[in-house]
Amino acid sequence: MITETSLIANLTLFMLAIFLGFELITKVPATLHTPLMSGANAISGISVVGALLGANVAYEGGQTAVSGILAFVALVLAMINVVGGFAVTNRMLNMIAGKNRRA
Amino acid sequence: MEEWIPLGYLLSAALFIFGLKKLGHPRTAPLGNQYGAMGMLVAVITTVVDMQLSTGGMNWELIIAGLVVGSIIGIIMAVKVEMTGMPELVALFNGFGGAASALVALSETWKYIEDPTLTLPTGLTLQVIVVAAGLSALVGWMTLTGSLLAMFKLKGGVEILGKWFSTPTWGPSWLNPVKVLLTISVLALIVMSINDPTNTDYLWAIIGISCLLGIVLVLPIGGADMPVVVSLLNSLSGIAAAFTGFIISNPVLIVAGSLVGASGLILTFIMCKAMNRTLPDVLFKSFGGSTKETVTRTKVGSDPDEVAMMVDGAQKVIIVPGYGMAVSQCQHQVKEFGDLLEEKFDTEVKYAIHPVAGRMPGHMNVLLAEANVPYEKLIEMDEINPEFPECDVAVVIGANDTCNPAARSGEGPLAGMPIIDADQARTVVIIKRSLSVGYAGVDNDLFYEDKTMMLFGDGKAMMTGLNNAIKEI
Repeated sequence: MITETSLIANLTLFMLAIFLGFELITKVPATLHTPLMSGANAISGISVVGALLGANVAYEGGQTAVSGILAFVALVLAMINVVGGFAVTNRMLNMIAGKNRRA
Repeated sequence: MEEWIPLGYLLSAALFIFGLKKLGHPRTAPLGNQYGAMGMLVAVITTVVDMQLSTGGMNWELIIAGLVVGSIIGIIMAVKVEMTGMPELVALFNGFGGAASALVALSETWKYIEDPTLTLPTGLTLQVIVVAAGLSALVGWMTLTGSLLAMFKLKGGVEILGKWFSTPTWGPSWLNPVKVLLTISVLALIVMSINDPTNTDYLWAIIGISCLLGIVLVLPIGGADMPVVVSLLNSLSGIAAAFTGFIISNPVLIVAGSLVGASGLILTFIMCKAMNRTLPDVLFKSFGGSTKETVTRTKVGSDPDEVAMMVDGAQKVIIVPGYGMAVSQCQHQVKEFGDLLEEKFDTEVKYAIHPVAGRMPGHMNVLLAEANVPYEKLIEMDEINPEFPECDVAVVIGANDTCNPAARSGEGPLAGMPIIDADQARTVVIIKRSLSVGYAGVDNDLFYEDKTMMLFGDGKAMMTGLNNAIKEI
């Protein structure tokens, strides 16, 4: 159930997070553009939370088979995005920054 | 007690914020990535615990299967990918993220369509769900098709049944109003769905048009601009997650999604600036890839022995790597070449890194770091350019547009792009397969200058030949 209060709270959250996102990234050396993009991309896999909830709600209802399958597919795709994204970012950073620290 | 469990989302959001912040600085970047991963773990655990306590039962098989299958596929893809394939992989992951958000939105809507016992919410709840689900679908499906196309553009083409099809670049100017029209029609369909939320025709139309929109958005853009496009699509996939957060009223989706959306957009602007282009130019002016100039001039190629003699006695050599080095995977041979010069001739060797050399920013750094080239030898363009006039030999390996003097002329597609001043070195050695033009489709005068020696061939073969020739001296 979405009320006026909860909608306004969510919109506030949305707006503040956008402002924070704008301020968070300022000067980034070219070397880090791709790892930053890749890391941020992994974070956008946060819809994994929505997929989990969706897969479970579908189970409660018992009859909601198709939406359950949709949520399951979403869960798999989101997990590929999250796990693969963080892993590949880590690989890139080990090659760039890892050497940097040792030097 | 259960009411406090969503506090985990707060912790997870904080970890994302610190993670993104730290990812922007070289020293803290690996830690930043770990913070992000931890944030995600906390979010997943919070959700699972919350579901278990609030509903008292869970579809464990389905959820664990989804988590495990997705993780295994993700890990395998991330570990197996070649360094040259990383930009494509990021694009692919990004498409999956967008699709996941759109699918969650679709799943929430479909519940009401397939289950008649479920009463449709009314009033504000209905409006918010329909609008958020519609927007999430628009952005999410667009991200999926756009990212997939971007991936194939980065690869250059696709192999079907042994035949190679190169990815087309096509975008007449009338396509731009079409994009606007498609966007407006999706928005209109969303408004219409508010009054008729279970109308599946509207639903399929929204999905179909959004998919089409992703394709027409990316289709006119040349491969050289793909990193910018992938970054923009990354921003969009964040926004899609935020919209999905509004449907299920989940704070962590809204916060993480909009953080990625906003910071991704800023990163897109930073990347555009490094290429001296503006985002509207990249998106709406078709550039490069399609119209390749035919080469009319010729140049006599040199051989490795000649070049080896040239570098013997050079005091200072600057290596300028480009995408060709990535394609032929010759970074180890390049490193060996640098080491040989230092040991045998006591030459000072440095590497000039153009911000957009290769297919993604930082591409060259990653490859050379893999070959154990010390980080402090990789010099960014602005710092190394003043050193070229006092450099004896500039060795350009598979780079073209990033050292094309045509960029200084103020005309043509490359106009104003900052370049590596390799042409100011006393001698320029260029290793390249042919005289053909680069992504921008502009002929490179540097190839035809008298002081330029062309080594025609594959980067790896030529570097190996060059190293052998130096060893024999």
